[in-house]
Amino acid sequence: MAAVTYTATAGERSLLPAIPAGLRAAAPVTLLLVLGFLAPLLTVAAYAFATPKSFDVFRSFTLANFSAVFDPSNTVWMSFAWSLAYAAATVALLAVIAYPIAYGLNRMFGKWSGLVGVLFVFPLFVSENVRLYGWVLFFIKNGVLDGGLKWLGFSGGPEVLYTPGAILFGMLYVYLPFMLFPMSLGIAMIPRDLVDAARDLGASRLMIWREIELPLAMPGILIGMLLTFVLGAGAIAESKILGGQSVITIAQDIEVAFTYAQNWPLGSALALLLVAIVSGLALYVLSKLDLDRILGKR
Amino acid sequence: METRSQIRARAFVKVWTAFVILAIYLPIICGALAGLSKGRYFGFPIRVFSTEWWGKTFASLEIQSLVQNSLLIAFIVTLVSVVFAFFGALAFARYDWRGRKLFQKAILLPVFFPQPVLGLALLLWFNALGINPSWQTAVVAHLVWIVPVVTLVIAIQVYSFDPTLEEAARDLGASRWFILREVTLPILWPGIWSGALFAFLLSWGNFPLSLYTAGVDSTIPKWLYSKMVAGYSPMVPALGTMSTLSAAAVLLVGGLAIALVRRRQADA
Repeated sequence: MAAVTYTATAGERSLLPAIPAGLRAAAPVTLLLVLGFLAPLLTVAAYAFATPKSFDVFRSFTLANFSAVFDPSNTVWMSFAWSLAYAAATVALLAVIAYPIAYGLNRMFGKWSGLVGVLFVFPLFVSENVRLYGWVLFFIKNGVLDGGLKWLGFSGGPEVLYTPGAILFGMLYVYLPFMLFPMSLGIAMIPRDLVDAARDLGASRLMIWREIELPLAMPGILIGMLLTFVLGAGAIAESKILGGQSVITIAQDIEVAFTYAQNWPLGSALALLLVAIVSGLALYVLSKLDLDRILGKR
Repeated sequence: METRSQIRARAFVKVWTAFVILAIYLPIICGALAGLSKGRYFGFPIRVFSTEWWGKTFASLEIQSLVQNSLLIAFIVTLVSVVFAFFGALAFARYDWRGRKLFQKAILLPVFFPQPVLGLALLLWFNALGINPSWQTAVVAHLVWIVPVVTLVIAIQVYSFDPTLEEAARDLGASRWFILREVTLPILWPGIWSGALFAFLLSWGNFPLSLYTAGVDSTIPKWLYSKMVAGYSPMVPALGTMSTLSAAAVLLVGGLAIALVRRRQADA
């Protein structure tokens, strides 16, 4: 659906001659993003080139922080590799986990789909540390799983807590809604009669899915994948709460540099590299999508 | 008529969805159980249930100040973000202007951004400006992330809005203020209320931004985290459960109110 041109009345034209209504309406949000998003990122960029372990922002210029990151004796690249691998695994697994649910929300649950949707939205409003801590209580020794199995006469639950697998599990758990809802919007974009027509013409179920449903739902699926990848690459709570620091993610390295180590320039260099990867990907995918179609489709 | 494979697919989707929903709420239930057990340390099956830790949590002055901080931040964030996002959504979906496509994409960037990194970047920026982090800076941090989300929520409502209604009112000689109050706002109310609900609940539950930008002030999620890492007491799951239940209550009441607004709009 295209937006309709807004024509200013004569009175408005004389008051605000050059500024179109859209720009005026966009001004508050734009101001917020410039001051609250762009400026902090520029500060990070400036710090990334400052003398290591100093606060000489804007007064020094050095590439020492980046060479420290790329120094092979430094293991910080491991954190990058872990974070990106976790993010990729989260995206792949969540795509499989969420697709049937997104499909059901659009095609099968009927009048229940509103309620099912709310059940999936609600966890977003509970902070992730509370939800992840619930899993600690579930998996911990003498916790719900272990204690429950013992009570039933088994020898106790497996020790999964504080392992790399537990971190992946936590990420799947926390980022599920971010995959599910864009995916569901994408599936809603598939015109039903197209599927019916293909079926009437004798297309198999698999063929309909591959040739019609998947390509038409792709914009939504891509947004979901992008969102989960980005959030997964910056994940920190999962490894701290469920992983017991068995793996150090890149966000945690950044946090340590900013807090305990008091090495803001190094932290900024790491953050800048992460932001470059993440926003490069985000801008590339977003440039391929028409948001009017995805959000405006009725 | 359904074929056997369609019936099987339907059954699979339903069972899978039910399983995932169960998994989503399982840890929340575990937390609720831990908060209601009498012992200092959690063990399952729970030997003695008691509301002792709930009572202690209610009585704690420290927790009262946390709740006040969280509420204050959430209310201010809701108010400001709804106003910003209302105009933002008009620019996003209603007006046709030259920078619109760019604006649409720019607004998504803070959402498509790891929140811990955003929090740390804001911390650096506040420091560069010479501002001491406190609950006020946490409000700003929440806004950077929540305003774009609320803009999207309201924009979805704006897409279903027929601009000719505004034009008709203008042709009939209505003033801009009158059109906003009598035409635009009533049509967009359901979207605005949904946006407000999102803003409040997202701020209430936010952890990563508050962690880095609230300075010495603490919010409920931030305090819970500090206790999870060091010094567990059953007050942690108890307060976590209370916070979750309050969010659920807000969602329920807000959701019903929005459903009511929509129904009244459909009747009118």
